[in-house]
Amino acid sequence: MNGHAEHEFDGQARTFGFETRAVHAGQRPDPYTGASALPIFQTSAFVFEDTDSAAAYFNLQEYGNIYSRIMNPTVAAFEERIASLEGGAGAVAFSSGLAAQLAAFYTLLQPGDHIVASQAIYGGSIAQFKHVFGRLSVDVTLVNPDEASAWEAAIRPTTKALFGETIGNPSGNILDIRTVAGIAHAHGIPLIVDNTFATPYLCRPIEWGADIVVHSATKFIDGHGTSIGGVVVDAGGFDWGNGRFPGIAEPSEEYHGLAFHETFGVYGYLMKLRAETLRDLGAALAPFNAFLYTLGLETLPVRMERHVRNAEGVARFLAAHPMVERVRYAGLPGNPYYTLAQQYVPRGAGSVFAFDLKGDRNTGQRFIEGLSLWRHLANVGDTKSLVIHPASTTHRQLGDAELAASGVAPGTVRLSVGLESLDDLTWDLERGLAAARAGTAGRAAAPALEEKEGERTHG
Amino acid sequence: MANETDAAFCALPGTPASVPERFQETRVMREIVQSAHTIAIVGLSPSELRASYFVGFYLQRHGYRIVPVNPNESEILGETSYPSLTAIPFPVDVVDVFRKPSAVPAIAAEAVQIGARALWLQFGVVSLEGAEIAERGGLKVVMDRCLKVEHARHMGRMHWFGLNTGVVSARRE
Repeated sequence: MNGHAEHEFDGQARTFGFETRAVHAGQRPDPYTGASALPIFQTSAFVFEDTDSAAAYFNLQEYGNIYSRIMNPTVAAFEERIASLEGGAGAVAFSSGLAAQLAAFYTLLQPGDHIVASQAIYGGSIAQFKHVFGRLSVDVTLVNPDEASAWEAAIRPTTKALFGETIGNPSGNILDIRTVAGIAHAHGIPLIVDNTFATPYLCRPIEWGADIVVHSATKFIDGHGTSIGGVVVDAGGFDWGNGRFPGIAEPSEEYHGLAFHETFGVYGYLMKLRAETLRDLGAALAPFNAFLYTLGLETLPVRMERHVRNAEGVARFLAAHPMVERVRYAGLPGNPYYTLAQQYVPRGAGSVFAFDLKGDRNTGQRFIEGLSLWRHLANVGDTKSLVIHPASTTHRQLGDAELAASGVAPGTVRLSVGLESLDDLTWDLERGLAAARAGTAGRAAAPALEEKEGERTHG
Repeated sequence: MANETDAAFCALPGTPASVPERFQETRVMREIVQSAHTIAIVGLSPSELRASYFVGFYLQRHGYRIVPVNPNESEILGETSYPSLTAIPFPVDVVDVFRKPSAVPAIAAEAVQIGARALWLQFGVVSLEGAEIAERGGLKVVMDRCLKVEHARHMGRMHWFGLNTGVVSARRE
């Protein structure tokens, strides 16, 4: 593959390690100025050297900068770095994780097509599949990701991709990537994996057979809760010429009959994703956000080590607490996904997970209000520890029965464990749990949930 | 991929298991790309949409002299097209092949005959027999790799498109 080209230094070949590539891949010293840090190319457009060059760029005959809606050198540094870390042939960045997900599918789907997705994924993704894909006449079947037979049974002649999350949001289920990839490939279709919660430090889905990896870069890639963005990484190994993907293999009307798969081969999907999908949908990542993402990736290995260490400490603390019904962390022995976690995320099952309080919706609300260090907001993957109570926020429109169907209990709380001192995190949780328990024992009820505004948002 | 069609592809996943590592060494590929001046492209198509044309156009833009070898054409990319390597009346540094693998041994023999320094077989073109002929004749051999991609990776601007060049370097170029 083109992912890990070896390099030769003073006659010796070397393939660099993950940590080295996290710091260096995609960004060489600026040849013009010598700038060591990544320059932010804050420009909408790029001046052409001459008319022949302009024509070559527009014809995709040369790698040239045209317009920052299609490509930008700062954004490209981020793209190459994440592609290197995931072991892909390349990447294309987008203005949000949901934009990246839409683009990944849009590039290979046509009206009348069908996809199969895990049902244990982020609610915003399910909303996009149901509503946006529905309007584009693309059918979506949601399946229990733990049952190989369910994936198999849902595949139709029109199915063009399977989709799941490495670590599911919010239930912490671990996707058996190798098994699902095997099913996809037996049908000549790709597996697309959202690797947001694991990051390439904990799991590289391409190594297990995934064809395309998508991220909400807003989370651990950014790492500091500053910028909305997303990215699509392509392994470069899928055969788009197998007859099922005319959108990639057949001549394109947008490029005078250019056939992306035939002309660009390994890079065919990526070139179409950039030159058509990104160009036409317009959801380009801002250069400044890409700059922050390259900084985030430089420290990804050390941050993730501490994230999972703190997450394991918090999970053990909660599992031993009398106010806690159960902890849904795949890194804990006894969790139904513990064995899969040992296989796919042996360094740690991430730092985002849910636990269930004993009690009702009001118990969860009192818990949140009893915290002073954990921040109550709808995001994950920050240096700061974050908390949200789905039943009173992201899932508040659902009745108890609907909640249960989505795998969320009235007392379910989702945590994103940050980088603070572990003792401080458990100290604050103890205070929240005490507040929750005090209410259970008969304290005045908290204000009715219905009086608060809340929307199904993200995170 | 089907091995008996001419290589239409610039960069398809090849047949890595069957290609010995010495035919894909970074050091060798970079040396060839950096030292070559004249590149004969066997099987160069006159169609602007074919991978071979993309490769020829790109290399020409980057200062290489491209020599089309295609018996069905008289001129491609503004250069005279020759029916065979032996018909070229001047020295050639690299022979770049977009043909089916079974055609490679004869091409390799001609490459030796005209004194080329390297035989480069594009993605999907794998011929151990052809490689042996070329190596015996003193040529460097690269197989199942794209000349354009290797140029763009080390000397070009492939990184501007978010593609993974694999290049890690602290040196200012």
